[in-house]
Parts: sequence; structure tokens; C-alpha cells
Amino acid sequence: MFSLEKLVSIIQAWLQSTLRDPWAYVVVCVMVGVAAIALFAILGLMLVYMERKVAAHMQIRLGPNRVGPMGLFQTTADTLKLVMKEGLTPDGADKFLFNLAPFMVMIAAMLILAPIAFAKNFQIWDISIGVLYVAAVSSVAVIGILMAGWSSNNKYSLLGAMRSAAQIVSYELSAGLSILAIVILSGSLKISDIINSQADGWWIIKGHIPVIIAFIVFIIAVTAETNRAPFDLAEAESELTAGFHTEYSGMKFALFFLAEYINIFIGCAIGATIFLGGWMPFHIGNWEAFNHVMDFIPSSLWFIGKTVFLIFLIMWFRWTFPRLRVDQLLNLEWKYLLPISMVNLLVVTLMAIMGWHL
Amino acid sequence: MNPSLPFFVLATLSVFSALMVVLSRKPVHSVLYLIFCFFTIGGHYLLLNAQFLFAVHIIVYAGAIMVLFLFTLMFINMNKELEPHKSNLLKGAATIAAGCLLLVLVAATKGAETLPAISKTSDIGTVSNLGKALYGQYLLPFELISILLLTAMVGAVMLGKKDVE
Amino acid sequence: MVLLSTPVDYLPIAMMFVVAIGFVLFVMFATHWMGPKHKSKVKLEAFECGIESKGNSRLPFSIKYFLIAILFVLFDVEVIFMYPWAVNFAEWSKHGLAAFGEMLVFLGLLVFGLIYIIRKGALKWE
Repeated sequence: MFSLEKLVSIIQAWLQSTLRDPWAYVVVCVMVGVAAIALFAILGLMLVYMERKVAAHMQIRLGPNRVGPMGLFQTTADTLKLVMKEGLTPDGADKFLFNLAPFMVMIAAMLILAPIAFAKNFQIWDISIGVLYVAAVSSVAVIGILMAGWSSNNKYSLLGAMRSAAQIVSYELSAGLSILAIVILSGSLKISDIINSQADGWWIIKGHIPVIIAFIVFIIAVTAETNRAPFDLAEAESELTAGFHTEYSGMKFALFFLAEYINIFIGCAIGATIFLGGWMPFHIGNWEAFNHVMDFIPSSLWFIGKTVFLIFLIMWFRWTFPRLRVDQLLNLEWKYLLPISMVNLLVVTLMAIMGWHL
Repeated sequence: MNPSLPFFVLATLSVFSALMVVLSRKPVHSVLYLIFCFFTIGGHYLLLNAQFLFAVHIIVYAGAIMVLFLFTLMFINMNKELEPHKSNLLKGAATIAAGCLLLVLVAATKGAETLPAISKTSDIGTVSNLGKALYGQYLLPFELISILLLTAMVGAVMLGKKDVE
Repeated sequence: MVLLSTPVDYLPIAMMFVVAIGFVLFVMFATHWMGPKHKSKVKLEAFECGIESKGNSRLPFSIKYFLIAILFVLFDVEVIFMYPWAVNFAEWSKHGLAAFGEMLVFLGLLVFGLIYIIRKGALKWE
């Protein structure tokens, strides 16, 4: 089977043999950059298509089916349309901030991509503070949204940005606490260490009920942080037009749209990595034969499969739960999820002390 | 390549952005430059191999506190027409006060003894070593932080809550 | 594709930064170059909800948002302080319950604070 690890080592060996040292490094950097942008584009196209197809099938419709086989090129056509549109900057807007906001949102999304492990030994950057780095960078994305809302000179944008910011920062707390539960169990912040600690079973299975609670809290937090339904009142169409990006058009709008889907992917990828073992195949304790069979499935497929499953779960939420009011949303976080995740963290520590997780 | 090149690049950027915080006319732009300034300072922490400090700096300052700043700015609602007129007397007084502060700061740092530099290769700043120090040697200050946070919570509630009689 | 292993070298941050800026710049210029450029006064007005906009758009908002931002800063600091503890926990837990007790005191005080906030009705939306 194909293995990304082998591919990378072949490329690296070839580069080192043909080019001198700094240049090999530069070429690797360029390749990683191009790969990251390609991933962004593919993710954007595929996730929007998936969203529309999932939505359609949940409502017993067909969804996009005209452009290309099964409507596969629908999102490509939409993107082309957006490129051909005029990128307006309204007169009343703060021009500098208005055009800077998409940059901030995209930079945050791109920076979090670096420590994600896509397959075995296939990672841009295995930083030693791993999940802490992810938490750090994702907390900056809020600033971009606030800037976009404020600079638009639009009442609804400002309101949407406010709601969005309050929502993202609130739910960041319980997301952080759920991640901490796994950090306690695995004893490391490094993504590769966290994955390797799941070689004899994923945390969601090894960790019993407390980790399952942490996982549920994390998924709710990711749904809220990415402003998805049922927590999408930042862009509640019926009251706020389109939220913080109402005034954006053309590709500037597309960048926000893209960042939103990238953030869903990143949130789900982090969830898959820390709770479901990332690229780690499904292993059970010491069932050697079973584990060997599972190892035949390439690690990249495991990672993608788990991430897509979580993304599907989040898309499923959208058509299952009604939208919350802003007070209900904040109550849910501050009165339920935050105390639950704090107490849950203590239960996880007790479990770690007693060694029940092994 | 000069090994201190990253430092000089980062230092130039930090000084530039810090100046822009003061010089830009719109308060929201100032906040933006401040965020950029925090990022470059975070870069300095990374160069010193203090990874935890980097993460804290980005999460707490560039993330949380800046959101608070932006909320405050939008809250007090800076509009051109509402901006109070500042008389020359006020401006002069402000200049003198700021000059005095500068004088005190310079005087304070001039006489201060400098600590020996920590080697860049030391791993004292990694999360795990910092944890060992924080939860061993400095346990009491750490527990006192929770009291401080509690006090701040009470204060925030007092400020933000409307009195219902 | 682990590019680096030395702790001093943080080039990937800079690289991803440049890639992101380059990507957004390219997209912005592409749309500027390919899209039409017809500007008129009405078109450049704020859209809002489609109806002509009235008044200043930078309107004051509920203080609740501000309170949430403050509380977020406080609890965020708390979550941050737990990371160095969580990393070392596996090692400490072998030597008994001391590490658990330390965090119990810290978390206990903050849960107390949270209960105070909720009981005081600070998060009640009127």
C-alpha cells in the first residue's frame, strides 16, 4: 500500500543528494507551502460539497447534481464565480482593517495546520508544546472576526462579531479543559507523543466514561467555536443578515467562508488526534493478530476517516438541533459545560492516580 | 548567517509596532499594532527557548486581553464627534507627567544590577520544568494566584452587574 | 515530514506565516484583477439589511459581553496554569496524592468563584 512516510523520505533523500544544504531546505519549505495551500483549496471545495450533500440527503433531496458527475464540480464553479466578482470595500468602512481582517483569520488557520499529524511521521512541525500552541493560535482568530465586524460600519456586522467573539472565547475554556484531560493521561503536550500513547487503544476507549464526557464537551465546544448551527447565532440570517461578514463580497467573503471550513477541519482533526488516536489504527490491548490486520490500513486513511467522521457529526448537528438564543448559549457554557469539565478533569486525575485507564 | 539576525529582525519589528501603537490615530488600529507587538515579543521568548511563556503570552495577552481591549474600545464607542476637546493646558500637563514618568523609569533601570544571562540552550523554560518549579518551590504563590483570581471575579461581578433593588 | 528537531529553530512558524500572507495577497489581487470595477455611490454604501441605513453604526452594546470577556480572561489564566501541572502529573502521581491536593485547592477556589458568579446572577440575560 502507499505510505506517505516512504514518499517523504524518498523526496528528502533525493533533495539532499542533488542540492546543497540550504537549498534543499528552501525547496522543502516551498513544497510544504504549496502542499498547505493545495490542502486548503481541496478542503474548502470538498467540505462545502460535503456540507451540501449531507444537508440534502438529510432533507431527502439530491443536492448539487448538475455540474460534473454527481455535482462534484459545483463548488469549483462557485469558486470561479466568486473570483470573477468585484471585491468591494464600502465607503464607510475602515479600509485598512476591513482588508486586514481576512489576513488575520487565514493566518490563524494556516498556523494551526503546522502541528497536525496527517499520517505516521507526516507532520509539518512536531512542536514540543503541541496542543498548547494550537490553543494559543486559535485564540487569536477571534481578533480577526472582531476587526471584520467593527470595520464594516454595519450595525449587524458589529452585533454578529460581538456575539461571535463572546461565544468563541467562552467555549474555548471548556475545549481547553477537555484537552487538558488527555494531557494528564498522556503526560505530554507533543502531538506525536499523544498519538503514541494511544498505541494500545484510543483514549476514548481506554479512558472510560470521564474521557467520553470530555470528548462530548470538546465536540460541543468545537461546534460552538466554529459558529456552526445550532450555535450559529453570530450569523443568524433572520436577525443579523449574515453576521460579521455581511459587507464582504467576492473573494474577500470567500476567504472568511474558507477559513470557517478550515477551522471545522482543524477542530475535528485535533479532536480525532487526541481522543481517537489520530493516525493510530484501531488497536486492542495485546491482541497481536487483530492489531496486525488493522495495521494494513494506511495511517493516512485512519486519520482522514476519523476526521471526516467528526465533521459529519458536526454537520449532522446542524439538521438535528434548533438554534439557541444568545442567553441560552452562554448559560450552556458557563452554567453547565464549564463546571462539568472542571469536575470531570478532577475525575480524570483521580483515574490517572488509581491507574484505571491502563 | 549571523546567529543574532533573528533577534534583530524581531527587535526591529517590536519597536516599530510599539511605536505605531502610540502614533496611530485610531484606537482600534493601536490595538492591532499591540497584537502584532505581542507576537514579536512572543518570538523573543521562543528564541530564548521559553516555550511556555510564548504560549501564555499569545493566549492571555494577544488573545484574551486584546479581546477585552477591543470590547472596551467598542464599548466606550469612540466617535469623532463625541471626542472631548483637549485644551493646550491639558496637553502640556500630560507631556510633563509623561516626561516625569520616563525620568523615573530611566533612573530606576540605570542603577539596577543586571542578572547573568541565561544560556539559550538551557531548557528551564520548557513546560515541564516550569511546572516542576511552579508546583514545588513556588507552590504557595501559585495557590495565592487562585485567591487573586477569585478577588478579580468578585470585582468583575460588582462592576458588571446592574443593581436590582 | 518533521523538518526540525532543535528547540531553537522555529522557522515553520515564520514559513506558515509567509505562506498564509502570500495566499491571501494572491487571492486578493486575483479578484481585484479579474473582477469588474464599477463603483457608484449607492453601491459603496453599507448594505446592512438592504434598507437604507440610519444613524451611527458603532452602537453601544450590552455590558454582559464585557463581563464575559473579563471572566474569560480570568478562567483562561486558570486553564493555562493547569498545563504545566498536567504535563508533570503522571510522574507526580506515583508519589501519592500531593499533586492532586494542590490542584484540588486551586480548582476548588475557582469553582467557588464560578458558583458565586452564577448565584449572583451576573450572567443572567435580561
